[in-house]
Amino acid sequence: MQKNKARSRFIVACVAPATILAFIFLVIPTFNVFRMSLLRWGGYSPKQEFVGLSNFATLLKDENFFRACRNSILLIVVVTAITICLSLFFAAILTREKLKGQNFFRIIFYIPNILSIVVISAIFSAIYDANNGLLNSILNLLHITKEPVYWMGDQKLVIYSLAFAMVWQAIGYYMVMYMASMSAISESLYESANLEGASRTTQFFSITLPLIWTNIRTTLTFFIISNINMSFLFVKAMTNGGPDGATEVFLSYMYKQAYTNSTYGYGMAIGVVVFTFSFALAAIVNKVTKREPLEL
Amino acid sequence: MNQRETAVGQKKGGLTHIVIYVLLALLAISIIVPVAWVFMASVKQNKEFYGNPFTLPEGLYFQNFVDAWTKARMGDYFMTSVMITAMALIILLVVALPASYVLSRYTFIGRKIINGGFMAGLFINVNYIVVPIFLMFVSGDRLLNKWFGVSFFLNNPFVVAVVLASTTLPFTIYLLSSYLATLPKDYEEAAYVDGAGYFTTMIRIILPMAKPSIITVILFEFLAYWNEYIISMTMLTDPTGARTLPVGLLNLMKAQNAKAEYGQMYAGLVLVMVPTLILYICVQKKLTEGMTVGGLKG
Repeated sequence: MQKNKARSRFIVACVAPATILAFIFLVIPTFNVFRMSLLRWGGYSPKQEFVGLSNFATLLKDENFFRACRNSILLIVVVTAITICLSLFFAAILTREKLKGQNFFRIIFYIPNILSIVVISAIFSAIYDANNGLLNSILNLLHITKEPVYWMGDQKLVIYSLAFAMVWQAIGYYMVMYMASMSAISESLYESANLEGASRTTQFFSITLPLIWTNIRTTLTFFIISNINMSFLFVKAMTNGGPDGATEVFLSYMYKQAYTNSTYGYGMAIGVVVFTFSFALAAIVNKVTKREPLEL
Repeated sequence: MNQRETAVGQKKGGLTHIVIYVLLALLAISIIVPVAWVFMASVKQNKEFYGNPFTLPEGLYFQNFVDAWTKARMGDYFMTSVMITAMALIILLVVALPASYVLSRYTFIGRKIINGGFMAGLFINVNYIVVPIFLMFVSGDRLLNKWFGVSFFLNNPFVVAVVLASTTLPFTIYLLSSYLATLPKDYEEAAYVDGAGYFTTMIRIILPMAKPSIITVILFEFLAYWNEYIISMTMLTDPTGARTLPVGLLNLMKAQNAKAEYGQMYAGLVLVMVPTLILYICVQKKLTEGMTVGGLKG
């Protein structure tokens, strides 16, 4: 009996702090996102007015929101596709080929992942600068362009400049992850494939890819969710949505509505829509990519 | 590998290997050059920023660092960042370790619900909830002001550390629990037979065994806290008050366009990068290995 009491006390003492903190800073705010999406509220004033789904109705007519949607979806598709393909490619090279300096490349490729997005944004601002930027001066040196290219100023170009920076940041992380699962594949499979004269490309598509498919699926799902967040971090540091809304994305638009515009209710309605969208998309991707697991 | 295979490998290898090396080198250069360029730019004088960006600095102009440290207040920001990162790591470990231990190795009523709750928490990203947290603090401060004439929540580095630690709890508990669950039960049973209490068992027996996973958590969250800027930007609103290094830099980047203090800005960037780069060089093996243990983190 005595022992049981001590055990319960111990359990409560251990679990309570974490549960309370998570409740205050995760559960309540999440609940509030949904609650506030039904309000008209300036935030600072105590006056809150329940408006039902009217925020969502406004959203359906908001041209700027649809622009943010287009940009976000473009970034999800382009950045995800390029990053996953490139990191698979480099992971396969670094695990399968007998190369010198394998370790060196792995170490270097991972560096962008440890840098703050603020640092990466500053680096890319220096690279993309129209007048004295690194990229334009290289292009100039090679006589590819005469006039400066406005990588960050051109409304059509800027989203791709952003996408490139995001790919640059993410490649190393996913590469290391794929390398880990690729190195778990048994060497004997490749040996017998070699004996049968299968080329490296064939080996990649018929051995490597099917065997790490589960890993690719998981990374794909997470990539989509994290891409929505990363695009916000990049936009907030690099362009702040500009020029003229050309790089506005889901969460940057939400943030802008909440702070600059002080329409918290409307901002949170955007949050609810984006939250739902990201999970729906992740679920769809998860379903579409489902394959029978390969047993060996 | 037998001889015939080596021969085949070499015959095919020649040209493909060259192409592969070129591709690898291109990617490596695209990473090394910009990072190295920032270090180079941090010792350039302001007038050197006009014209060809690839010219080497005329001299080592370390005055940039002095200016950044004092004039641009990067020194203050650096200390705030160190403080917030350290406090958040301590809070995180003190709270998450006992919770993960009990949640992974004890059966009790409500365990499933709490475990499920933390798993669901993995999907809540802080960018969605930063606005409600901010508003919670605004109204909290308003009440405190009315009753006691003080404010506590906003512009308080300690509160930022608490928020950072709390929002990373689900991932940390997930990571620690999955490691702790693999340890054999015999250790605790032996400790109880010897008459050790629950707390003693946890601190003396289990925590030392959990060291690898604790190190992984510290590495990950150090980088996350040090580089973070959305929470600290939102919660530290006073322009003359405390700020973290990334937020200070972000402001400098915006001011930089107007005042053209390039040197200071790049010196500030070096200040942000150096701690993470040093850590990375020391533990890069551990970090890239730990990532596969921890799985995915968005």
